Amino acid sequence: MRKTQLWLHPRLAGWYFFLLVFAFTLLSCGDSSSVSETEETEGNLTAAPDNGSITLPDGFAATIVADDLGGARHIVVNDNGDIYIKMRNTKNGGGVVALRDTTGDGQADIKEYFTEYGGTGIGLYKGYLYFSSDTIVYRVQLNEGELVPTGEPEIIVKDFLVQGPHESKPITFDNSGHMYVTVGAPSNACQEKDRTPGLAGQDPCPELERQAGIWRFDAEKPNQTQVEDGYRYSTGIRNAVAIEWNDQVNELYALQHGRDQLSTLWPKYFNDSLSAELPAEEFLRVTDGSDFGWPYCYYDQNKEAKILAPEYGGNGEEVGRCENVDTPIMSFPAHWAPNGLVFYKGNLFPEKYQNGAFIAFHGSWNRAPLEQKGYLVAFVPFQNGQPSGDYERFADQFAGSGEAINQPNDAEFRPMGVAVGPDGSLYITDDQKGRVWRVFYENSQVAQR
Amino acid sequence: MMILLMNCSGGSGDSSQEAETQSESTEAQSEPQEPSPALTQQMETGKTVYTQYCLACHQADGNGVKGAFPTLHQTEYVLGDKTELITIIINGLQGPIEVNGEQYNNVMPQHSFLTDEQIAGVLTYVRKSFGNDAEEITAEEVKEVRDDVAADTTGTSN
Repeated sequence: MRKTQLWLHPRLAGWYFFLLVFAFTLLSCGDSSSVSETEETEGNLTAAPDNGSITLPDGFAATIVADDLGGARHIVVNDNGDIYIKMRNTKNGGGVVALRDTTGDGQADIKEYFTEYGGTGIGLYKGYLYFSSDTIVYRVQLNEGELVPTGEPEIIVKDFLVQGPHESKPITFDNSGHMYVTVGAPSNACQEKDRTPGLAGQDPCPELERQAGIWRFDAEKPNQTQVEDGYRYSTGIRNAVAIEWNDQVNELYALQHGRDQLSTLWPKYFNDSLSAELPAEEFLRVTDGSDFGWPYCYYDQNKEAKILAPEYGGNGEEVGRCENVDTPIMSFPAHWAPNGLVFYKGNLFPEKYQNGAFIAFHGSWNRAPLEQKGYLVAFVPFQNGQPSGDYERFADQFAGSGEAINQPNDAEFRPMGVAVGPDGSLYITDDQKGRVWRVFYENSQVAQR
Repeated sequence: MMILLMNCSGGSGDSSQEAETQSESTEAQSEPQEPSPALTQQMETGKTVYTQYCLACHQADGNGVKGAFPTLHQTEYVLGDKTELITIIINGLQGPIEVNGEQYNNVMPQHSFLTDEQIAGVLTYVRKSFGNDAEEITAEEVKEVRDDVAADTTGTSN
């Protein structure tokens, strides 16, 4: 109050006017330097040799933002260009790594690890950074200028079941105050003894009660529990590491990891070649109440139908109870492991990429003894919330230079997360070594390969 | 003869139970230099079982998948206590573990449906492949552990 009165005092007006001009000059100096920094950022992006060991379509190039971060999982980029990546396990005492590029060359020169737990999910919502361990979703406020948040993280959801396989808790947000969390199935096909050859599945599958689906929560209410506050938005999803709200059509999308080991568990119906190609990885448009059929059904991309799983009496042909379960909007080859999804809304890439989906495929392990495949970032063009064309291999050769690989550990990199930065660049993480790429579109003026 | 039969059934992809009542015999001999014919047979049985039931996760080179399935190269789990190793095959293993500095949190399925000879074979194969060189495991040793596990486990196991 007193300050306001001083400001308004007529005898001091001249003095204050001088101060105001001085302050404004200071401010605009600060402003202009940050503007020129932004311009530099775009001007000085230079491609890494061989785009950091990946291939890209003509006109695109990539720089290496950071390397050897450790198991880099999902990624978000804030409006100011700051990057946050969830680490699978803690590294240097931190479960999130924050990266900042202060020189504008695209390479992070500040790297800080913080928070306690490893995990996969990360998100930005209303000025907060959200991140998940395998059982808890936290958030912490991001104050202006702060790369590493100084506040105490608060718990948003806290009681997800402890589970071994498919333990990641990926998160995304809609525009009406909700957060969506994937809870993966703790098994391959709901057998009482997981992955036992010839053993029938439990019917009904008890895992569906709290797992194998996507749950919806209040995005901002602290200390929620899955049982009390969670709403099972969609079920019958074995594991969807890649989930993303599509703002254009206001719908949730996800990619399901199809079940494993058809030939190991059911050799009388499937040989190794068939098992390497079935079932499809599924791109799902996830609506309220949808049911995609796991564990009773899997999607056969050749038959273009949900097929009864052998654990439930199927023989690779029979449809049975799967006739009416929800189907994917698109399918991908088996075992490619889609782990990251983002819809492109930036201004940097050409028109055809607008609203389309970039999908990071982690690459297979379950094609063995056949060669492993699917270490790439695919692009799917979209119109009105539906794919408007086939997928293309956008960023490729993460596994290495052209040679087929026999086991995942032979892959040089494994794509994991994707995000779009404020300038429209596409960021890609790898959790094999921890490389981060920033992919940009080289118009002819900027091109400096 | 018995081992040959085992070998054939494993190779044909038949996953059903074998008769487990036959007497185990010759595997326990320890020949320091030349592998005995019994050991050679055991390694063949082991490779067949490995290819069918283990390779999908632990991979052809036994190196597993970083972050998902542990390596079998030079780890205490494989080279160490035989009883613990046999128990892992019979009961499976669940929960967070660390293997050679890498962390894992996954499910190793139980493989109690394998016969004593198949388990002895695959464990011997794993203990003598991938740069490992530990003592073989006999079907008698497997049977002993299986009996103990059955006596200990009145309810369900992981």
